[in-house]
Amino acid sequence: MSVAERLPEPLAALWENDVTKITSLLAVIYAVYLLTGAALGFSPRGQINSIASLTFYIAVFALLALALNLHWGYTGLFNIGIVGFMAIGIYTMAIVSKAPVFAAETGRSGGFGMPIIVGIIAGTVVAALLGLVVALPALRLRADYLAIVTIAMSEILRFVFLSGDLEQFTVAGYVVGLGGGSGLILDFTPPVEAFFTALGLWNAYLGFVDVVGAVVPNNPKPVVDSLVYGFLLLFVVAGYYVLLRRVGNSPFGRVLKAIREDEEATNSLGKDTDAFKTKAFMVGCGLMGLGGVLWFMAQGAITPNTYRPRLTFFVWIALIIGGAGSNTGSVMGGAIFAAVLFQGPRYLKNLIENFVEVDAPSGFGPAVSPLISNLDPLPFLFYTIDSIRQLQLVIMGLILIYLMHNRPQGLLGHRKEPASGVPLDRPRRPAGEGEGRPPAAADGGSRGETDE
Amino acid sequence: MGISETYARGRRLLGASPGNVLLAAILAVLLLDLGRQLLVGEQQFFRLGVLIKDGLMRGLVIGLAGIGLSMTYSILNFANFAHGDYITAGGFAGWATTYAIAGAFGARADIGSLLLVGAGGSVFGGALGIGIVTSPIAVIVGLVVAGVFTIALSLLIDRYAFKPLRDRSGIALLITSIGVAFAIRFLIQFVFGPSRRGLTATQPSLTVPFVDGTIQLRAHDITLAVIAVALMLGVHLLLQRTKLGKAMRAMADNEDLARITGIPTEQVVRATWIIGSGLTGVGGYMFFLWKGTMGYFDGWLLLLLIFAAVILGGIGSIYGAILGGLIIGLTASVSVVWIPSDFSRAAAFLVMIVILLVKPQGLFAGRTTA
Repeated sequence: MSVAERLPEPLAALWENDVTKITSLLAVIYAVYLLTGAALGFSPRGQINSIASLTFYIAVFALLALALNLHWGYTGLFNIGIVGFMAIGIYTMAIVSKAPVFAAETGRSGGFGMPIIVGIIAGTVVAALLGLVVALPALRLRADYLAIVTIAMSEILRFVFLSGDLEQFTVAGYVVGLGGGSGLILDFTPPVEAFFTALGLWNAYLGFVDVVGAVVPNNPKPVVDSLVYGFLLLFVVAGYYVLLRRVGNSPFGRVLKAIREDEEATNSLGKDTDAFKTKAFMVGCGLMGLGGVLWFMAQGAITPNTYRPRLTFFVWIALIIGGAGSNTGSVMGGAIFAAVLFQGPRYLKNLIENFVEVDAPSGFGPAVSPLISNLDPLPFLFYTIDSIRQLQLVIMGLILIYLMHNRPQGLLGHRKEPASGVPLDRPRRPAGEGEGRPPAAADGGSRGETDE
Repeated sequence: MGISETYARGRRLLGASPGNVLLAAILAVLLLDLGRQLLVGEQQFFRLGVLIKDGLMRGLVIGLAGIGLSMTYSILNFANFAHGDYITAGGFAGWATTYAIAGAFGARADIGSLLLVGAGGSVFGGALGIGIVTSPIAVIVGLVVAGVFTIALSLLIDRYAFKPLRDRSGIALLITSIGVAFAIRFLIQFVFGPSRRGLTATQPSLTVPFVDGTIQLRAHDITLAVIAVALMLGVHLLLQRTKLGKAMRAMADNEDLARITGIPTEQVVRATWIIGSGLTGVGGYMFFLWKGTMGYFDGWLLLLLIFAAVILGGIGSIYGAILGGLIIGLTASVSVVWIPSDFSRAAAFLVMIVILLVKPQGLFAGRTTA
């Protein structure tokens, strides 16, 4: 309330509106998950677990969708190599922060033993620098070329991580490496512990875990850890949101939006569009690298084949559901994607398995033959439920096609911010600090904006 | 006088296109190093010959599939990311047929397992004796089915996924094609299972002497080469000698103008899909025959190399796609002379990125569709 009171009236309404939107969406999602869990008679442990993983995925998809929104929604850069930037972020972080090893030994490589925060920063910076390397050849070219270069880059990186030649090498006495196909074990202090220790609250946190222990008997720490990690990530989402809002409303952001609308016109107004695009691309890539670090650092190990293009695809769907160009939309898209499309089918699978003994056939053949020979649909249904993880991707593909046909602007894409500093609709009163007003009727402006 | 002129020309060249000069220098260094390796005996001639042969074979497949991608890219104006999965889909359809025929429609093995191309190791292509010499009919019928199925699939997808978006931007179509790609790929995985399977039995091969050793020319090498070259010639004639080719060039150049001139653009689009995806399906089938293994992910992995080839050759040019395919195939294969084999695919992508830097319009720039 206090925030709203300090803001001018139209802004206050908007602020309230967006935050309410996001919170009410989250409230609905949580309510559905909790109620389903209660109906199934989940133990408190099970409830906390499902909420923790839900929160975690909502947060990471919102983070990545926000970063992508800077590329696509603001600047119009068609990046489909997101997973590459995530992967290089977490690999850099792992190598910087893993415990050092000084004696070469097969299958065991270490890192530089730096504090986690150094690793996180390094991961972000290296992802941004990779963005620079990709941007140099690709940004001057057509959007589809950037797409091909970025996705090729992400696959090249995966092959490099898989490669046996870089599995282990020595830098200044430290034995480090990319781990090849078996990946890397993240043996640094768990991030939650590192975070609370740095704040000097570790003992308080352990006390809190003991309190939860009253509800969740035997070993409550892992579930509490993951729940707390998820909620910490939600704060990072808020950070990304504020950062991108500020970037978007700054003069820098207006140039980005102008580039999205018409690059040549922006160029002719004396803006060095290549430089702006490169900077925006690097910032977005850094944010994606950070997103990758936050996603994977709380897990015990990383393997290269996690970083397949499907992760990129997930983030794109999240952004398109939410609506490119709107930060609030990106967060909501991330939340909806995580809750409905990503976690939903898996939750549904657990739900069904809770009620019926799913005795899934080993393949499509044994699943279909009873259906054909004696009209017994059960094996096929069981097989379908069992392969929900593959079918999920089919469904996502179909939803993407549907969205592109029927609602390409997503939930909030109609609120795409115009490239001008002042509202473009006819002023009802002297234009003040109007930002992000609803749809810009571009009726032939004279500054940076163009008619679509 | 002569020297100073040459010098001046050299300076102009260097000033005008430093990228090209640098590229030529790198290429020269690599070739010199190859020569050194051969002379010193680090590398044998026949090994290099085998690499070149493999590169050419892979290049022919990339070129064949690249023609289709290049045609849709220039005529419909979008990068079709589902193209790789057309290859996989055509391959699986064709191979299911081949298995069914080679397995005598269920007489030699369970028909379900045959139609699922031996999902989960239920039937093995080697045990059925599949190959161009041992079971030519099964292979040829499979080849035709692969082509026809891919054509049908692409027309179906075009009707329901791409046609409603005809007047939208290339990026909207591109995003849609990514959705199509995922739907096809994981539907294939759902039906045929995630495992990679061996397809063929050992076939006879010719042993060709080559400088300091021999090169094995397998029956499937020859089949691939013959069919690929024949199809490429066919497309060349079709596009050069018929009105269809002219209409396609007109459409690639300016669709609105083509429409007012009375060219039935929707029919041209359909013809484009038919030719392009027919070649793609056949190319995919041949690729799996040549490689001897097949998995649901293979088309996607090949797609990035196909994109590299199409961009290298110049979007819209079928000769560019063929030449680009051969260059990319050779790069991926021969690069192991200089770098570890894990990075051969990366080398092919690097060639594409270098081309984007130096000559973004591609080698056959401006010669759209044929």
